[in-house]
Formats: sequence, C-alpha cells, structure tokens
Amino acid sequence: MSREIVRTENLACSYRVGRVLEDVSITVEAGDYIGIVGPNGSGKSTLVQALIGLVAICEGKAFLFGTPSKHFCDWGRIGYLPQSLHLLNPIFPATVAEAVGLGLISQKKFPRKLTRHDREKVDVLLENLGVYSIRNKLIGELSGGQQQRVLLARALVNDPELLILDEPTAALDPETRERFYLQIAEINRSLGVTVLLVTHDSGAIGKYATKMLYLDKRVLFYGGFEDFCSSEEMSVLFGSHSQHLMCHRH
Amino acid sequence: MNIIEILSFGFIQRALLAGTLIAILCSVLGVFLVLRRMSLIGDGLAHVTFGSAAIALALKLYAAASLFVSLPVVLLSSLGILKLTEKARLNGDAAIGIVSSLGISVGIIIASIGGGYNVNLLSYLFGNILSITSEEVMIAGGLFCAVMLLLTLFFNDLFAITFNEELARVSGVRTNIINAVLVMLTALSVVLAMKLVGIMLISSLLILPAVSALQIARSFKGCVFLAAIQGGLSVILGIFISFLSNLPTSATVVLINLLLFAFAFLVRYLMAVRNSN
Repeated sequence: MSREIVRTENLACSYRVGRVLEDVSITVEAGDYIGIVGPNGSGKSTLVQALIGLVAICEGKAFLFGTPSKHFCDWGRIGYLPQSLHLLNPIFPATVAEAVGLGLISQKKFPRKLTRHDREKVDVLLENLGVYSIRNKLIGELSGGQQQRVLLARALVNDPELLILDEPTAALDPETRERFYLQIAEINRSLGVTVLLVTHDSGAIGKYATKMLYLDKRVLFYGGFEDFCSSEEMSVLFGSHSQHLMCHRH
Repeated sequence: MNIIEILSFGFIQRALLAGTLIAILCSVLGVFLVLRRMSLIGDGLAHVTFGSAAIALALKLYAAASLFVSLPVVLLSSLGILKLTEKARLNGDAAIGIVSSLGISVGIIIASIGGGYNVNLLSYLFGNILSITSEEVMIAGGLFCAVMLLLTLFFNDLFAITFNEELARVSGVRTNIINAVLVMLTALSVVLAMKLVGIMLISSLLILPAVSALQIARSFKGCVFLAAIQGGLSVILGIFISFLSNLPTSATVVLINLLLFAFAFLVRYLMAVRNSN
C-alpha cells in the first residue's frame, strides 16, 4: 500500500470576497506527480497555500505526512517553490549560496546556525543543478531562469519528500521552462519525490503528471492522467483543444 | 589641539564609546528594516520617544532615569505598529503614521500642561551625545550587548523573513515572533539613539549606513558588516569634526553618513561602468 503524503477532508477556505475553496477531499500518495489545473480564481494556489499554512483553513482538515497541518513542524520534508519574480527584491544583497543555505534552517533548532557541512551540502546541490559557477553572485543580478533554478535549489536543499510548485515558470521563456520541467520530472522519477504542480502550462502537465486535479472552487476531477484524458466532462470544462494538447503530449 | 588631547576629555571618551555602540546597533538593524521597507519605523518610534520623554520630564525623571518611562512606552508602541499592520488591514506606513502622531501629540499636550517646552525636552529633538553621563554609557553598553546577543541568536530567522516572509514561514520560522523581535530591538535602539542624534535625525542613523552598504555589498553578511563599519566610523569622525569645528555633533554625524552614501553610490556607479565595458 502506498504511503499517504497529503490528505484533505472537506477542506474550505475563504477570503474577504467569499468562499474560494470548498469541500476539497483528496489524498496524495508517495511518488505521485499531481497536475493541478482549473480556470483563474478556481482556488488552485489557495489549496497548496492552505496545505502549508500560508492561507487559513476555515473548514475541514488537512494532513501532511499523517499530521494535522496546523501541528505540522517537520518543514524540512517539504520544498515549496512559488512564482519566482514577485519573490525577489532586486536590491537584496544575498548571494546564491546564502539564499539556498537559508532553506536549511527548517531542519535546525534555535539558534539555527549553519555548519561547514551545510555549506558543503549547498555547494554539492548547486553543482548538481548546474549553478555552482554563480554561487557567489547576488540573486538580483541573475536572469529569470537562473533565479528560478536558485529557488528550486532552495526548495530541494533539505532532500524533501514533497515538492509544491505554485506556477513556478510563469515568467520564464519556453526553453528555460522546458528544462525546468525536465529537472522536476527527473527528481520525481529518480528520487521518488511527490510533486504538486499548479500551472496553466498544459504541455508540461501532459508530459509529466501521473494524476490530475481539476478545481473550480471544488474538486471537479481527481484521478489518473489517462482517465482525465478520456473524460468527456473534462473535455467540456477544460476545453477539448486544451485537453487534446495536453493528452497527446504536445 | 591634537587627537590625544581631545581624547583626554572624559565627555569625549563617553561620547565615543556610547555613540559608536549605538550607531553600530542602528546600522545593523537598519539593513533589515530597509530591506523590509520598514525604514520609517525609526521615525515613528522617535516621535513616540518624544512623547515618553515629555512624560518622564513631567514625572521629574531626568537623564538615565527617563529610560524607565521611555523604554516600556516605545517597546509597547513598536508592538502596536506591528499589531495595527497585522490586524487593522493597514500598510506599515499608515500604522507608523498613527503611532507617530499619537506620540507627538501626547508630548505636546504634556509639555503644554507642564508649562510649555523647556530645554530638556528640546534636547531630545536634536540629541547631545557630548552630554552623555557615565550612567547612560553603562546603560548603552548593557543594551548594546543584549541587542547584539539577540541579533546573533535570531540572525538566520531575521535573514529568512527579510529575504521572503512566505518562504520563511514554510521553513518553520515563526514570522510573527521574529517580526516582534525586530521591532522591539529597533525600539530599544531608537531610545538609545535619541541621545546621539535626537528625534529629528534618528532615521538617518537607521537608513544611511544600510543604503550605503547596499550599494557595494557582495553578500548579506557583508552588507551587515559594512553598515556597522559606516555607522561606527561616522560617529567617531562626527564627534572629532564637530568638536574641532564647533558644530552640532548630531547633524555632523548625519552629514558624514550622507557623504559616505554618496561615496558608496559613486563606487557602485564606477563598478557598473567598468563591468559594462
């Protein structure tokens, strides 16, 4: 039996404008690569942010690795990568190595000091991701693609079991985007890291996702990729052209 | 008069010691505040300090004794700014504006009830580091050690929330606690810095060393270090120059900081030109 990584039970979230998510009950198992799709404002980002405590849950429950999310504190098991460009202050003076090293503090107890071993770990990861040569550059001086790889390195530095990607490639050119998704797929396949990917990039989902979650404030579809492709209801909701593009792995 | 002779004066020794410690504190905290777009919190808390100084004077508490009023009032106000930002759906600048105007208006009313402004209250406006007492130097030294210890212990948490608060939360950082630590450390430093540069110029001590360091720093730790160097250097130079030229020390310190900022800006510009060629 597969190990449960994420479970939600009748989860609901509200903003001032009203309910943005309701009655979401899903289970994510180890090794899954879940593509989360839906129209704008359908609650995709809200769902992943609610799981990690960035958005308050107003009803229902969420569990991370079997622990209720509000009591969860083993943050080293989760890597989170939001949309990059709104994240980074262009004048921030942190080097690539410093920014990636910050990811390690989730495993540290107060006063969360990094050791030489930690710095070596950061260097090895930067080497593996092909960004070692820029380790001493300031993050504000990097291109969008390089910044994204640095933030990915930060998300991966703890060897997480769950990787949450919230529209991670929105500001990247197609070539960089493709390279990025290949890296994520490789991490999912070779290391067994569970991936939750929120994106409008149906091409990326079609190539790599093993399960699909279609949200429009509530769950309209949650199941295997092949079932999603053969669903007539999804063809209507998602658009037959988009479904075709995704399912035929264009 | 040579440097040795100047250094033989007790009031110069006290001013150099306390002023350097206070400036280093403000400069280091300034890096976090500037990057978090909270630069003007120093201004707001300085205005509260004015109100608290008026209360202290009304209670006949002078010099070091006034800290018994100022420290708790300014610490509570710093938490008030934070709570207003979190709970009242206000941006930081609006919350700072509210607390700041409250501080000034309380100061004016108490001064008015107590018979108008007096020399003591006006000295808080412009600072007078040369009049610092041995008792105040000891308090400054003690608070410097306490704030630096807390900064060292919380350095990576502060670095994380300054880099990105959302990512810090997902790294398990208790961002509400760390934000409270940052504003409370700022409050302590502002109360101390009041004697050095006064209420009117306190922001410059928090902002200028930080923005100068941001021009040329090549790492976050380097930025904090450079800001501390500039803060300390500006006070040492400011005290000597103002003493020799008979100028107000607080304004001299601020102008030296401005010159150092202009220098750092020029260095950055020249580096950019060189790199583009």
